[in-house]
Amino acid sequence: MYLSTVKSGTPTGAPPTGERTGRRGRFGAVSANVFALGAVSLVTDVSSEMVTAVLPLYLVLGLQLSPLAYGAIDGVYTGATALLRLAGGYLADRTHRRKLVAGIGYGLSAVAKLGLLAAGRSTGAIGLVIAADRAGKGLRTAPRDALITLSTPPHALGRAFGVHRTMDSIGAFLGPLVALGVLAAAAQSYDAVFVTSFCVAAVGVLLLALFVRDHRGALPAKPDAAPVRLRDAATLLAEAPVRRLVLAACLLGLATIGDGFLYLMLQRREEVSLVWFPLLAAGTSLGYLLVATPIGILADKVGRLPVLLGGYAALAVTYLLVFGPVGGWPLLVLTLGLYGVFYAATDGVLMALAGPVLPERLRTTGIALIQTGQALSYLVSSVLFGLAWTLWGPQAASRVAAAAVLVAIAATVALLRTRATARPAVPTQPVEPTR
Amino acid sequence: MSTSTADASSTDATSTDVPASAPPGRGRILVAVTASVALLLAAGAYTVLAGRRGEPAPVATVPVTLDPGPRLLFVSDRHLAVSARTDPDGSRSLAALECVRTYAAAGTGVCIHPVNAWTYQLMVLDAKLGTTKEFTVPGLPNRARVSASGRMVAWTTFVGGDSYNSGGFSTRTGIYDTRGGALVNSLEEFAVTVEGARHTAADVNFWGVTFTADDNRFYATMATGGKRYLVEGDFAARTVRTLASNVECPSLSPDGRRIAFKQAIDDQPTNGWRLSRLDLDTMRVTNLAETRSVDDQAAWLDDATVAYTLRAADGTPSIWTVPADGSGEPSLLVSNAESPAGL
Repeated sequence: MYLSTVKSGTPTGAPPTGERTGRRGRFGAVSANVFALGAVSLVTDVSSEMVTAVLPLYLVLGLQLSPLAYGAIDGVYTGATALLRLAGGYLADRTHRRKLVAGIGYGLSAVAKLGLLAAGRSTGAIGLVIAADRAGKGLRTAPRDALITLSTPPHALGRAFGVHRTMDSIGAFLGPLVALGVLAAAAQSYDAVFVTSFCVAAVGVLLLALFVRDHRGALPAKPDAAPVRLRDAATLLAEAPVRRLVLAACLLGLATIGDGFLYLMLQRREEVSLVWFPLLAAGTSLGYLLVATPIGILADKVGRLPVLLGGYAALAVTYLLVFGPVGGWPLLVLTLGLYGVFYAATDGVLMALAGPVLPERLRTTGIALIQTGQALSYLVSSVLFGLAWTLWGPQAASRVAAAAVLVAIAATVALLRTRATARPAVPTQPVEPTR
Repeated sequence: MSTSTADASSTDATSTDVPASAPPGRGRILVAVTASVALLLAAGAYTVLAGRRGEPAPVATVPVTLDPGPRLLFVSDRHLAVSARTDPDGSRSLAALECVRTYAAAGTGVCIHPVNAWTYQLMVLDAKLGTTKEFTVPGLPNRARVSASGRMVAWTTFVGGDSYNSGGFSTRTGIYDTRGGALVNSLEEFAVTVEGARHTAADVNFWGVTFTADDNRFYATMATGGKRYLVEGDFAARTVRTLASNVECPSLSPDGRRIAFKQAIDDQPTNGWRLSRLDLDTMRVTNLAETRSVDDQAAWLDDATVAYTLRAADGTPSIWTVPADGSGEPSLLVSNAESPAGL
C-alpha cells in the first residue's frame, strides 16, 4: 500500500538510510527513535498502571467513597477525552510539534499524580485530576503513534509497532507489581504510591525530552505548502482510502464488547476464579507482550490487513470459547492467551496499516481520528452488548458478539480489499538482512 | 546517540528529524541517568519515610471478647476494638486482630482481615476471637453483617478495576451459613425478579445484606439498569425479588419491622445519602435527623437508636447515633472509630 502513497506524492516519512540504518540493524530494523518512544511508554505505563492498580483501593478503602461514587468518577470523561485527542492531533500537525504535544500529554499525566495528593477526599477534585490524567493520555497517544510511523520505513511499521507495544505492555505488567512493593514498604501509605508514580512519570518525560527526536515536516518554503488548516483536517475524510479505513476501524470497534464484559463472563463461568478476577487483565497483558513483536514482524511479511483480520478472528474464537466445551484453567489460559493475541494483532497493526495511508502532514490528526472513532465505537458496543445480555442472556449474547465480529471482518475485507493486494512486498530501499 | 551525521544526511529530505534539544552524546545520557537516579531516590526516600510513619500495632489491655453484653464493637486504627456502652469513647480495648470491617451478634463475629492491600480474608470468629472459618474474598471489603442469632454471615466486596471502557463498578455479595456450611460466593447466582418479572441483565450488583430472625430470608440492595432496589431474598430457595427503589444498605431493626437505610438524595447517589427509615408494614419512608451524607450500612444498637460511621474531611472516621423515630439530633458516640455493632 505504501507504493500507492509514494505515487500520490505524499512523503512516506522514511528516514534516510545510511549510517543510521547500520545502527538500526543491531535492533532488527527498528529505529532508535522507536526504542526511545518505547522506553518512554514503558516507564510511563509503570507509572500509570501503579495508580490504576491502587486507585480503587485508595478511593474505596482509603477515602471510603462508595462504589457508586467511584463508578461516576470512572465513567464520565470519555467524550471529553475523545474531543481533546482530536484537537491534540490537529494541533500537532498544524504546529509540526508532535513531540511537544506528546510531551504536554505525558507531563499533564505526571502532574495529575501529584494532583491526587492535593485533591484529598473531594470527589469533584479527584474527578478533575483523573480527567486531567486521561486528557494527558488522550493528547499523547496520536502524536506518539505518528512519530513511530514517521521514524520507520513503511515496510517495517508492523515490527516497529510490535516492539513499541511490547515495551508498553511490559510497563503495564510491571506497574501493579511496583505499586504492591511500594505499598508493602510504605506501610500501606497510598501517598507513597502517588509520589513514586509521579517520579517514575517524570523520568518518562525526561526520556522523551532527551532521547526522542521530533519529526517535523518541511518548513513551508512556498505558499502552497501553507500550514495545516482546520479545512485540511476535514478533507482527510474526503479521501476514499482514509474514509474506508476509519469506517473499518469503527466497524471492528463496534464488534468488540470490552474487557469488562469478557472478564465478567469468564468469572461467571468459572466460579472458583472469583478471587482471581483482578488478575484476568494481567493475564491478557502477559499474552500481549509476549506476542506483540513476533506478530508485528509477521504483519510486515504477510501483510497487515490479513494479520489484523486474523486478530479479529482470534477475538471471535475468544467469544465462542467463553461458553465453549473447554472449562477450568485451560479455558482461562486459552481465552486470555487468545485475547492477548487479539490485542497484539490489532492495536499496533491497525496503526501500522494506517500510517502509510495518511498523508504525513495530517498523520497525527488521522491517527487521532481513527483512535477516537474506535473509542466511541467501544462505548456504543458496550451499551449494545449490555442490552443483548439483558434480552438473551450471556451465552446467546456472546455468540451474537462472535457473529458480529465475523460480519465486521467481512465488511472490512470488502472495504479494504483493493489495498490488501498492495501489501508491502519488496522494500524499495536497501535494508540489511533481518535476523 | 550522536545525531550529527544523520541530521546532515537528511537536510535535503522533504521532512526533517529534529534532534532532542539537549547536550549531545554522552552528556545527554549523563543528564538522563543523574536525573532519573535522583527522582527514583526521592521516591524511595518518601516511601521509606511513609513506612516509618505507620504506627505500631496496638495491644489489648483487657482481652477482647464478643460475648453478648452492654458493649460496643467497632474498628479503630484498623484493629478490632470493644468498649462499654456507658463510656464508649473512653474505655476501648483494641485487639491485635487487624480488621477493616466487622460485625457481631450472639457471640459470632465477622472480620474482614487485610492480608495485603489486594487480598482480604473473611474470618468468622467465635466469642474468644478464635477463627472458625476463613476464606479469601475478592476485591475490597465494603460491608459485613451477622444475623441476630449468630448463624448467618454476609459480606460485600467491591470488585473494580475493569480499566478499558466498561467504566462503572461491580460488587460481590456472599452469604455463609455457619450451621449448615452452605456458602454462596455471589448473590448474582440467585434468580432475580424485578417488579414481578424475571430479570437476567449483566449489570446486576448486590450489596449490604441484613438478615431476618428466621435465618433464611434477608434484605439487601440490588442495582441494575441504573436503579437501586431494596430486595427481599430467600437463601434456601436462592431467589430475590424487588420491594422498593432507592433503598441502599438496609439494616433491619431488632423487632424486624423497620429498615434503616441510606437514601440517595433526589435519587442521585452523587448528591449524597440521607439516613432514613422504612416501615415495612406501610412502606412509608421517614428521614432521620442526621442531615450529613451517610455512606454506611447503619447498625441498630436497640429498637430506638441507629449507629453509623461519618468521616471528617481528612478521612478520620467517627461513630454517631441518631434516634430511629426521626426526632432528636445526631450525637457522637466514639471518635476515631468505624463499623459499629452492639454486642
